[in-house]
This record gives sequence, C-alpha cells and structure tokens, in this order.
Amino acid sequence: MTAAVDAGWADPRRLYREGRQAAALLNQARETIAADLGVRPSELSFHLGGGPAALTAALEGLAWPRRRAGSRLVASAVEHSNVLLAGRYAVAQSGDPLRFAEIGVDRAGRVDLDAFAAALTDPTTAVAALQHANGEVGTMQPVDAAYRACAERGIPLLVDGQASVGRVRAPASYAALVADAATVAGPPLGLLVVPERTAFRRPGPPREAEFGRADAPVWVPLALAAAEAWQQAAAVRDDDAGSARALTDRLRAAAAAIPDVEVAGDDGERLPHIVTCSALYVDGETLVGELDRRDIAVASGSACTASTLEPSHVLAAMGLLTHGNIRITVPWRATAPDRDSGVDRLITALPLVIGEVRARLGAGGL
Amino acid sequence: MTGHSEPGPGDRGAGGLDDGDAVIVDARETRCPMPVIMAAKAAQDLPDGARLVVLATDPAAAADLPAWCRLRGHTLLDLHLGDEVRADIRLGT
Repeated sequence: MTAAVDAGWADPRRLYREGRQAAALLNQARETIAADLGVRPSELSFHLGGGPAALTAALEGLAWPRRRAGSRLVASAVEHSNVLLAGRYAVAQSGDPLRFAEIGVDRAGRVDLDAFAAALTDPTTAVAALQHANGEVGTMQPVDAAYRACAERGIPLLVDGQASVGRVRAPASYAALVADAATVAGPPLGLLVVPERTAFRRPGPPREAEFGRADAPVWVPLALAAAEAWQQAAAVRDDDAGSARALTDRLRAAAAAIPDVEVAGDDGERLPHIVTCSALYVDGETLVGELDRRDIAVASGSACTASTLEPSHVLAAMGLLTHGNIRITVPWRATAPDRDSGVDRLITALPLVIGEVRARLGAGGL
Repeated sequence: MTGHSEPGPGDRGAGGLDDGDAVIVDARETRCPMPVIMAAKAAQDLPDGARLVVLATDPAAAADLPAWCRLRGHTLLDLHLGDEVRADIRLGT
C-alpha cells in the first residue's frame, strides 16, 4: 500500500508528469482486474465506499432506464442489507407492497427459484437482484437459472459477488456484477461490471467519475493496491480454494459432531472458505470472546454480539438459530500461512468452549 | 396431561389462542439465548402434549423459538410478532 501511494499519489486528471503517471497506473489497474473478470476495462468501474456503494449504484443505474415499465424490485431474502433496505424503503414510501418482492430461501439458504421466476411476471418489475454466494453462510445461488428467467422477460439481473468474486471465478451471466477488492485481501474498493449490452444510467445529473457510474473519482493508490491484491489472488485462486475447502470440510464435520450445533448452508454448492454454525443455548458474544481469548478470531451473526443489534436476517430467513452463532472465514494462505494450525486449534477449542458456556448458563442437560 | 396453569401477563395476549392450561414462560427483558433456555427449562418437567406460551422482547426470539421447536421436535402452534414475541408451543408433535 505504501508503494501504491508513492507511485500513484497524483491526480490522474492533471497533465503534469506525476498526473500522467497516475493515470497510466490507474488504467493498468483497471485492465488487470477487468482481464481476470473477463470484461473490457471500460465495463469496470471503481467505487469508493466498497462493495455496498457499488451495489447501490448498480440498483439505481439498472432501474432508471426501466422506469417506464415500473420500479418493482425482486430479490432474495438473504441479499445484502443495501438491497433489502432499498426495497423495503420503496414499499414504505409508496404504500405499495408490490414495489418489492422478497423471495424466501430454503434451509440451506438457496433462493426459491420458482417463486423468484413467478415474481418476475409482474410487468412493473424493473430489476432483479441475486447474490452469487452468501457471505454469511457461503451458499451459492442458482445465478445462471435466475439470469435465464430474467432474460426471458427483459429484466436485468444484478448479481452481487461481494463475498465470492476474486475468491472463486466470476459468474458468466449477469446484467451487472458487483465485487469488492476486500475479498482478495485488498483494500475495500467496490467493483462494478456493466457490460456494454446493459442499459445503465443513474438518475439525477450526469456524473463524471468512473464512466458516470460512481459518485466520486477513485483514489489511484487504492486502485493500485486492489489490482495488486487481485493479481496475487488470481495466481493462487484455484489451489487456495482447494485447500481452503478441505479445511472447511473438516470444520463443518467437527462442528456438526458437537451436540445441538447446526452447521448452516449448503454442503456442496458453497464458497470454499466460509463456515457458519449455531450452538443451541449459547450466546454468540461469549462464544466469540472465549475464542478470542484463545487467539482465534471469528465473527458472529448473533444479535448479542457487539457488531449488530439485530439478529442476522440471513440465519432468520433460513429458519436457523440466530443465537450462539459463529462465522469462520478461512483467510488466504498467502496472508495467513498458519491457517491450518488455526483451524486445528478451533476444532479442539469449539466443543470445550460451547460446553463451558452451556454449563455457565445452566443449560448443560437441556 | 398435568400441565399446571399459571396466571401470566400473556393471558390476554395478542396471539388469539386461548391460553387455558398453558404454562406461561415470561422471558421478557432477557436477551438471547435466555428465552430459549427458559422455554427448555419449563419444558423439562412437562409431558408431551403440554402447551407452553413463551413471551419475549428480544427480537432474536422470533427466529430462535421456532428453530428450537424444530430441533427438539415440538410443534409451533402460533407465533405473534410485534413489540413482544409470543410463541405458542405444543410439546412433542
């Protein structure tokens, strides 16, 4: 990152030497990431504010050209909150419940494809949105089938690849695709792919930055660092995914062997590096704290954890326990060479910690 | 059926079902996972077929009480959401 700042500090719109150098480096960064995504550089825009900012820009930009048809949004119940909140806000503002169709998921977190396709038949549908994979439970969505259902009706499908793209290969079917360089251990930088065939225009006065798609020009060093991380990740992606999957296979089996622990998400069609499980009669806050004391860093979708006040909408939509939840993200081997031993320590610690917490809450024999 | 009846604040709750001989578990103002633990403790002494009405203010209870029923093979008869969560449960199937 320091090298990126040294090389790309100047304003790429300026014509002095450092400015021209920054502009050339920015072009290179864009070309690097675009090539890995299999798209043209002009189809890829960078968004400060990360994946969520790119997601909001994409929703707006796909919906506006469709405004004569209507403004209805169709999306799964496990989408990113920027999608769900936009839909619910539109319903609340208009008083029209048809403005947003929130499609349920099964116990594994996979969207109900029949209900999704049925919701598209409303002629006022402007945009549909579906994740490539869910970042909380790892389940992959049937993006290709959803894309075909959308294409039949001329509805653009926004695919949210924030949790997946970079870590696994990008999907092929979308009207717009969102990703985040943080997924490849880069800085948080939103990536938005809008293929030339897609009608895209954000409402309001024309924007200048990033082909009119972003609110502000990207800071060049951020793009350089993102491209550097992307390139490193792409070089090891398939190998890394293979060994990460072996680790998450072990983690899933170990967690499932603990009494009253449910492992979330699809066993097969899932991201290679994420495991989520919920332990009955345990609070997520204590679980995270106890593991942290053992130098094991995990996240939680439970409401009682410091990061959130509401329980995870993803776990709730799947019908799973929201309490006692932990989410383990297996890091890239390149950034965490000791990840195998970290997984070993977690597998040893988890049943002990869960047993301790249950005993403390008087829930041992329940 | 030996379920004992207790007067509880949920007797005339919004759930619509008659609380009749249900055991009331008042888990309001407790945080997850306490509503589920309190429900499980109450269920321990009751036979299959007994009814349990669990009241909670923690929004997580809306997801966690149904999930507990599924894990333990109990039947969720009714779930009322609002400022208060009210789950009407029949133990066993």
